Amino acid sequence: MLVGQQQRLQDDIREIVAQLGRDRSALIPVLQELQKRHATVSDFAMQVVADELGLHPAEVYGVTSFYAFLRQPAQGRFVFRLCRTLSCEFEGKSRVARQLENDLGIGFGQATPDGRFGLEWASCLGLCDQGPALLVNERVYTRVTPERVHEIIDECRRTFGAHARQAGHSQVEGGLS
Amino acid sequence: MMIADSKRTPLTFDSVEPESGLRAALAMGRADIIGEIGASNLRGRGGAGFPTGTKWNLAAAARVRAGGAKYVVCNADEGEPGTFKDRVLLAAHADMVFEGMTIAARAIGAAIGILYLRSEYVYLRPHLEAVLARRRDEHLLGADIGGLAGFTFDIHVHMGAGAYVCGEETALIESLEGYRGEPRNRPPFPVDTGFQGQPTVVNNVETFAWVVCILSRGAGWFKATGTGKSAGYKLLSVSGDCREPGVYEAPLGLTVAELLARVGGEGAKAVQVGGASGVCVPASEFGRRIAFEDASTGGSIIVIGPDRDMLAVARNFMEFFVEESCGQCTPCRAGNAKLLEGVERLERGECSTGHLQELLALAETMQLASKCGLGQSSSNAFVSIVRHFRNEIMGRALAH
Repeated sequence: MLVGQQQRLQDDIREIVAQLGRDRSALIPVLQELQKRHATVSDFAMQVVADELGLHPAEVYGVTSFYAFLRQPAQGRFVFRLCRTLSCEFEGKSRVARQLENDLGIGFGQATPDGRFGLEWASCLGLCDQGPALLVNERVYTRVTPERVHEIIDECRRTFGAHARQAGHSQVEGGLS
Repeated sequence: MMIADSKRTPLTFDSVEPESGLRAALAMGRADIIGEIGASNLRGRGGAGFPTGTKWNLAAAARVRAGGAKYVVCNADEGEPGTFKDRVLLAAHADMVFEGMTIAARAIGAAIGILYLRSEYVYLRPHLEAVLARRRDEHLLGADIGGLAGFTFDIHVHMGAGAYVCGEETALIESLEGYRGEPRNRPPFPVDTGFQGQPTVVNNVETFAWVVCILSRGAGWFKATGTGKSAGYKLLSVSGDCREPGVYEAPLGLTVAELLARVGGEGAKAVQVGGASGVCVPASEFGRRIAFEDASTGGSIIVIGPDRDMLAVARNFMEFFVEESCGQCTPCRAGNAKLLEGVERLERGECSTGHLQELLALAETMQLASKCGLGQSSSNAFVSIVRHFRNEIMGRALAH
């Protein structure tokens, strides 16, 4: 990593910590905000977070590696999480999985070389009546078909760049109620 | 697609007057609030079914440690496979959930509320924050709530980070404190030594909503429905092989067969009640009741149609537990991996009857020796599938 990038990351972490606090209970929110901004939590970033919160870096690594949504390695700017629960299996999640692998060119647990896309399984997305369900960053897709996979990936590609810092979307298809 | 559009029946929550529960609570003494909840026989809606009144009583009696405060935590870490009723509640009835938390705060003397929201539901957060902001404007949160001098309480949202085990209340508290979500030894219980070592009530989303209904309509109204040991209505998240999947409100004690008729799941081969940690009920036992004392569930109902392979069902659940075991204690960490291996042997047609018996003995060890509810219940599905579908899963020929 270039010194300039390191400096920027360090400044970013300090800004996040100033906002969220130095308590141990702020650790996970700090890591989440960091991930939102940088798509990943690097070893260097964990070291800086540890220094800022007065923790041993191993503690920070222990927490990061425990949680599926924080876990290393690099997950990509857009993380696709396909639900693997029984109800989604019944609705055909395996074929959606296959198409995601084909269209992204990676397997589950991997990220594309350009760091744009990551592909993961999710344990249960809680959309069992509308499966197969897919979570892409903060956006949910329901009743996903193999045919729709391309369109969903394309939607991410279009928002990459201009809105990259927001890392995706926060809205829900069709609204809340 | 509407995120709250999963309701298949009208819910009681649709018709209870907003803030009527809180208004009633503010006119009552603390002990009377807890007495009313206790008298209703409300039991925790997250799955474990602990009596809510008893929990609140213990937290109310517990002493705050120097410089701290009591906490009310809403467990919105709805991770049990097949459960989604809390998602619907948070999207459609967030006010009622926060109202219930505020009543709990009044009852036990808490100053701070936390909604622990699973990261899979991150898209609900802006809505929840907006509801909280409005409640502050309306003096339903903050200082002197509802004009009651000295009653100060506020709620913030804390995001989970993707760990099923954090639905267990002590693991949830570990996560809130910034640690790995590894369950604690109990006792001490959270009602005495919870978040930051302070007395803490942790209740499920749905439990808080029922609290509002009980205070609004009375304990007698609630108790009039259900069975002796399982009072009231329950939200059921129904999915799988049925015509009308979604969220249903039903009186506890209804039979599996009655539910199947309502959801268009007649002809099912089995029903998984209680999610991955629940039990698999075969068609011959569809007369069983959905209640704490029989087939208990935190809400998850997965209908398994006649053409499904029960071994594939067992594999799905075992893969889930291998992934989600926190790894802290050996029976759970190693046991789930062994059971998954067993499922794979069965798939290959290489499992002897003797080995299957050993796996069942291992499952019993896991139930007895695991530290928390995850490990104690993770073998339930495997055991019930082996028990009821032995003939289907044994003696398989290798697929070509």
